[in-house]
Amino acid sequence: MSTGYITLIVLGLCGLGFFLGRARALATSRATGKKLHSLPNYYGQAVALFTAVPALLLMLAWLFLQPLMIEGRIGGMIPDSVIPEGGAKSLVMADVRRIADGLDALMVAGHMSESDLDAMRADFTDVRNRLGNVGVALGSDVPVPVFEAAKELRKSQNSGRFLMTIAVLGLAGALLVWSWVRVHPDQRARNASETFVLSLLIGASLVAILTTFGIVASLLFETINFFKMYPAADFFFSTVWNPQFRGGSDLGILPLLWGTLYVSFLALLVAVPLGLMIAIYLAEYASKPLRAIAKPAIEVLAGIPTIVYGLFALITVGPFLRDYIASPLGLGTSSSSVLTAGLVMGIMLIPFVSSLSDDIINAVPQSMRDGSYGLGATKSETIKQVILPAALPGVVGAILLAASRAIGETMIVVMGAGAAAKLGLNPFEAMTTITVKIVSQLTGDTEFASPETLVAFALGLTLFVFTLGLNVIALVIVRKYREQYE
Amino acid sequence: MFDAPKFAETKVTNNDIKIAARKVQVYYGDTHAIKDVDVDILDKTVTAFIGPSGCGKSTFLRCINRMNDTIDICRVMGDILIDGEDIYDKKVDPVQLRAKVGMVFQKPNPFPKSIYDNVAYGPRIHGLARTKADLDEIVEKSLRRAALWNEAKDRLDQPGTGLSGGQQQRLCIARAVATSPEVLLMDEPCSALDPIATAQVEELIDELRQEFSVVIVTHSMQQAARVSQKTAFFHLGHLVEFGDTGQIFTNPKDERTESYITGRIG
Repeated sequence: MSTGYITLIVLGLCGLGFFLGRARALATSRATGKKLHSLPNYYGQAVALFTAVPALLLMLAWLFLQPLMIEGRIGGMIPDSVIPEGGAKSLVMADVRRIADGLDALMVAGHMSESDLDAMRADFTDVRNRLGNVGVALGSDVPVPVFEAAKELRKSQNSGRFLMTIAVLGLAGALLVWSWVRVHPDQRARNASETFVLSLLIGASLVAILTTFGIVASLLFETINFFKMYPAADFFFSTVWNPQFRGGSDLGILPLLWGTLYVSFLALLVAVPLGLMIAIYLAEYASKPLRAIAKPAIEVLAGIPTIVYGLFALITVGPFLRDYIASPLGLGTSSSSVLTAGLVMGIMLIPFVSSLSDDIINAVPQSMRDGSYGLGATKSETIKQVILPAALPGVVGAILLAASRAIGETMIVVMGAGAAAKLGLNPFEAMTTITVKIVSQLTGDTEFASPETLVAFALGLTLFVFTLGLNVIALVIVRKYREQYE
Repeated sequence: MFDAPKFAETKVTNNDIKIAARKVQVYYGDTHAIKDVDVDILDKTVTAFIGPSGCGKSTFLRCINRMNDTIDICRVMGDILIDGEDIYDKKVDPVQLRAKVGMVFQKPNPFPKSIYDNVAYGPRIHGLARTKADLDEIVEKSLRRAALWNEAKDRLDQPGTGLSGGQQQRLCIARAVATSPEVLLMDEPCSALDPIATAQVEELIDELRQEFSVVIVTHSMQQAARVSQKTAFFHLGHLVEFGDTGQIFTNPKDERTESYITGRIG
């Protein structure tokens, strides 16, 4: 039975459990004359949750573990002789899986029965041709052990699926009965279902946290592989970035790091003053109706896909800067430049700075303003000397969030600043950033297990540590700010 | 219910009118918050505004330094004269006016700056001190007047928000005093303070009377009786009765005043 049907049946049992639990709570209460501890719905909810959640969790775990176990066993059935020269076992296993799927397709198409399949032998039948007829194309004739492995895989999968159906439905049914029997006026159903909800919430937050750890672990693993092939000192301190297909590359992070910081710096140079001024205007001067229109209008900027910003940089800003500023001044002839990417990225970041700062300025208590006005300060004196200093930690937090956004930005840089890794000060030159190089190293034609590809993970991890550090600083500052008025 | 009040011992010795209000009306949008208020507030005297919540006493107080200007929907009509000069005249800059009429708020609201910078804020924006030494002197004098110098002199560079509630309120008083105002408005200055801090602030108010005309809004009738020489009773936007504090509390002329001070309304 497919997972979809199993899920539906479990959910059906869950709904049934709700009504049964509720009805039994009411019935026992009436029969014993005892007042229910909780509202009847809570009894139903408790039964429903006990029915559905463990069963669905079991199914998830099963779906995750079954392929691992079966493939481990099938993998053992394949002798080294059938693995082609220079190929990998994983490729043969992929063939096994495809043949197994193909056999299923043959059965569905009605060409054979289960017993025919058992009798089918790769050395007597033209398996490749017959599978080709149902749409499963194979590159070469099928060796006997591979075909046997495929038959075995198919069988194990089917029996595994069957066992899973029984186990999941059995668990759901058993728990339904068990929790239904437990329904009793004294049972603290409300507390029970609330504890259940609590653990569900904790589980949800764990998913987010564990994912972060998973990301770090996967990066870390490949980074360690990279450093086994390429010396860490060269990676961190070499000033040359020059990957070669044939090996012997120079993979120094410094030019990329410099490009990243340079572009981000220019972007912040645009976004921070503009964003702050917008925030001050919106929070302190703008009338309510104007603010209600202006704020969402500015936030639209944040919703534009970065690729669109990239196009804007590529066809408008870049040529404009080249034709009107760089060429006349003799500073460069490239239409991709650090300044192009910085300007456009700065525009993208404006709403991050302005929106957050606006909220923070608004959160400065009115009593601060009253106190300042009461001493005879003007509006702008109040803003400069009381409100901005009070909001400063929060504003710094907003700026750091924008900075980590700038550091992670890719598309605008590819289209605005180009892809040449260079250490230089001229803002009209093309440069590139870490993120751009991660993309180009991973999408290249090189072998996966080479330093040229794996360097992407080392770059990614460096970037992650970098932005994580910025975020932590931002969080610490924002927290400090919160303590001030409580 | 109501303890026998201990009246401020000093009698009014001064009869100069500092603030004169005539037919003052205040509207919040369509709400008529203050109706026809006439009052003469004397110099170097503590005047208390009492009355039930929402009676308009704070609103009227905020008219005296035009703090209501910062509220969009608020309109003020009638005349308020300080030293014979109409403060709602077009020629008067509310910012200048507020330097002359200081204000202390209900909740202590020190700026998130050092104690020194809090007190120096007003003198700095009004250019009252030419040198650092002048400024130091103003800060010290103001803190002494606010009875905070001894507690704060060793921690002038620490944030004002780190002081206790009572100290913060005295810091706010020092801050208001530092611009050398002529009138000091206090909007329930003790409502967020504990009894000991309240006693300190009340003592301070009595001393401030030597130099300023003090107007205090309070919910506590005992406090009004303790600190003020003149009392005004507001009810539903009207100024019901205004007179010597002793007379208001012992021999009120209006029956609404009597009901309020004996605890029947409010």
